[in-house]
Amino acid sequence: MVTVSKAEQRASHAERNVEGQRLGGAQILCEALLREGVEIVFGHPGGAVLPLYHVLTDYPIRHVLVRHEQVAAMAADAYGRIKGRPGVCFATSGPGATNLVTGIASAMMDSVPVVAITGNVPTFLLGGDAFQETDITGITLPITKHNFLVKDVNELAETVKAAFHIAGTGRPGPVLVDIAKDVFTTEAVFQYPHTVNLRGYRPTYHGNMRQIKAAAELIAHAHRPLILAGHGVVISGAYDELLELAEKCDIPVGQTLLGLSCFPQSHRLSLDLVGMHGTSRANRAIQECDLLIGIGMRMDDRVTGKVSGFAPHAKVIHIDIDPAEIGKNVRTHVPIVGDARQVLRALNSVVKPAKHPQWLARIAEFEERHPGRQWHPADGLQVPFVVDAIYRATDGDAIVTTDVGQHQMWAARFYPFDRRNRWLTSGGLGSMGYGLPSAIGAQFAAPGDVVWAVVGDGGFQMNIQDLATVREHSLPIKIALMNNGYLGMVRQWQQLFFQHNYSSSYLGSPNYVKIAEGYDIPGRAAKTDDEAVAAVRWAMDTPGPVLIDFRVAEEENVYPMIPPGGALSDIIEDPRD
Amino acid sequence: MAIAAPPALRAIHTHTVVALLEDRPGVLNRVVSLFRRRGFNIETLTVGHTDLPDISRLTVVVEGDDRIVEQVVKQLYKVIEVLKVSDVTADRVVTRELALIKVATGGTTRSEIMQICDIFRAKIVDVASDSLMIEVTGTQDKVESLVQLVRRFGIKELVRTGRVAMVRGSQGVTRVDDE
Repeated sequence: MVTVSKAEQRASHAERNVEGQRLGGAQILCEALLREGVEIVFGHPGGAVLPLYHVLTDYPIRHVLVRHEQVAAMAADAYGRIKGRPGVCFATSGPGATNLVTGIASAMMDSVPVVAITGNVPTFLLGGDAFQETDITGITLPITKHNFLVKDVNELAETVKAAFHIAGTGRPGPVLVDIAKDVFTTEAVFQYPHTVNLRGYRPTYHGNMRQIKAAAELIAHAHRPLILAGHGVVISGAYDELLELAEKCDIPVGQTLLGLSCFPQSHRLSLDLVGMHGTSRANRAIQECDLLIGIGMRMDDRVTGKVSGFAPHAKVIHIDIDPAEIGKNVRTHVPIVGDARQVLRALNSVVKPAKHPQWLARIAEFEERHPGRQWHPADGLQVPFVVDAIYRATDGDAIVTTDVGQHQMWAARFYPFDRRNRWLTSGGLGSMGYGLPSAIGAQFAAPGDVVWAVVGDGGFQMNIQDLATVREHSLPIKIALMNNGYLGMVRQWQQLFFQHNYSSSYLGSPNYVKIAEGYDIPGRAAKTDDEAVAAVRWAMDTPGPVLIDFRVAEEENVYPMIPPGGALSDIIEDPRD
Repeated sequence: MAIAAPPALRAIHTHTVVALLEDRPGVLNRVVSLFRRRGFNIETLTVGHTDLPDISRLTVVVEGDDRIVEQVVKQLYKVIEVLKVSDVTADRVVTRELALIKVATGGTTRSEIMQICDIFRAKIVDVASDSLMIEVTGTQDKVESLVQLVRRFGIKELVRTGRVAMVRGSQGVTRVDDE
């Protein structure tokens, strides 16, 4: 058997020109993907996409077989975040398509460019409840930026073009293209359009200059300004511009959960994480600031707490590319619609330098009272200790992915990022099970980088089957399993707000090391601080994937915490502080 | 002050929002789904063709204060196939609604009903031995008044189109600029 490498295939494909030729729909789709620069697809085959999978092997597009379609969507999401262009996933009709749903919804909530391609039953069976038919465009209507059902092969190329354009521009998001099975096998003349014609879709990139000057005016008069930086800074690549604004005007910068890794956290102006489990200094500063500058974020309830008590003394400047986010949750004095990078560039050219020593001294007091990176030694291994050990072993340079819950908050708090776009977490939808798939997507997007999947024992088990994918591709992902035997955050809420009634939050523990070994992935357990440090060292020294089962203390809580429904002022500090 | 007033303190009234949409399958579904998902209260919703073959026009009457209607407009704009959205509530605008009302008639009531119709400039469009069908066009108030007046005769069937609206004079919700 002669094997041809994908690189060789790509070289030979680049030479031939198929424009104007008659091709089957499956080939048209592959040609379109090539023209969109797609090198890798995460997917799972099935009946309705068999014609696509049949031609796929002829193309220089790498297909990563996942063991559950949710992983395909989440890996494509992570790939999209790291690359800054759409990640792509494939699934078949019916259950294949519905299994994508959680991943697509996650990408939607976190503004991530993803193009999901599903097969459906042939056009003549559509609408008739055929085997494995589902109305996936109907199902995903509220969780996609846009979606398409392709029933005519002549519309396929322009649809794919539009899908990539919509997914990757403006406020990015997932776009689903559902293709009837017979479209894959029907021929049409292939012409790939150079432009898209979407009359109703014109994102605004440049902010209104009058508003930008109004913002500069507010900044000039502020005594206690504060920046809330979100995912939009990462997406638009406004790192330098944000740093320039902060330094020029001496403004402290809090980061939303998805904004982490958009501003160097070792910087004197970093307030680190804001919101429900944000640092004491960040949340207390928000409550005292007189000017709040939201950049590429959406004033989500996990950031604001009770809106009526949020930043009570502040005027608000809100910069976002999505006009619908401005004024949605928080009343805004100066709205600026535009790309964070473009707007900050313009803003930096009109703001005057300022100093706010008193304000920063006040914030330093908060920090002194409740240090952001302090944890209390207690019985058993502490997650902050483990995360800190990983931070030290990786020089703070790893890509970190997480599931959702306590370990996610601790990872957010104790792995400070100086490098850009290193943090992958499901912030908006809060999808457990995101940790491992996103590590897979990230490792394919950045093969040379160190990827740590910091996962909870609850979330990990939701996509544990894809250890097979990790093994198949020998992805050197380091899986740090924070095993407390509980759905930790559920347990914490039950303890604090539901009279210690641990209803269905106890998981117990299978033997994770054996499970990893079953997939031929080396594993070991760590129960003490010394074992944890040694295990992290071992993970870094072991080529390929590893799993560490950190047996962390069972009943620890994440502090500080804004109680649900409470204002940021209702912050609950660690009782041991 | 960084917050909006609580709902109870906000004035609730209806707004008339007009939108131009690409005339494609599924577009109406997207719009209606959006209203449902975001919890916007629709009083009426009317869609029809325009003079342009590929553009349809939607008029929706929404309940809510200015902040909610601002969200309605912005969220509608996010639908890729929505080309233009205007809240025409504050504009000088002609609004119309059409209703067909089938009213029971007895030996003596027919002429009385026809007199009421005359006053409302409503038309009798069908006559049967025991009923009349009335067609009335006008503002929502006018239609409502007529419905109330004929109710005592016995309404056998009633259908209303919901409000359509057009701004007076040279202003309006017209073509979408093709840059």
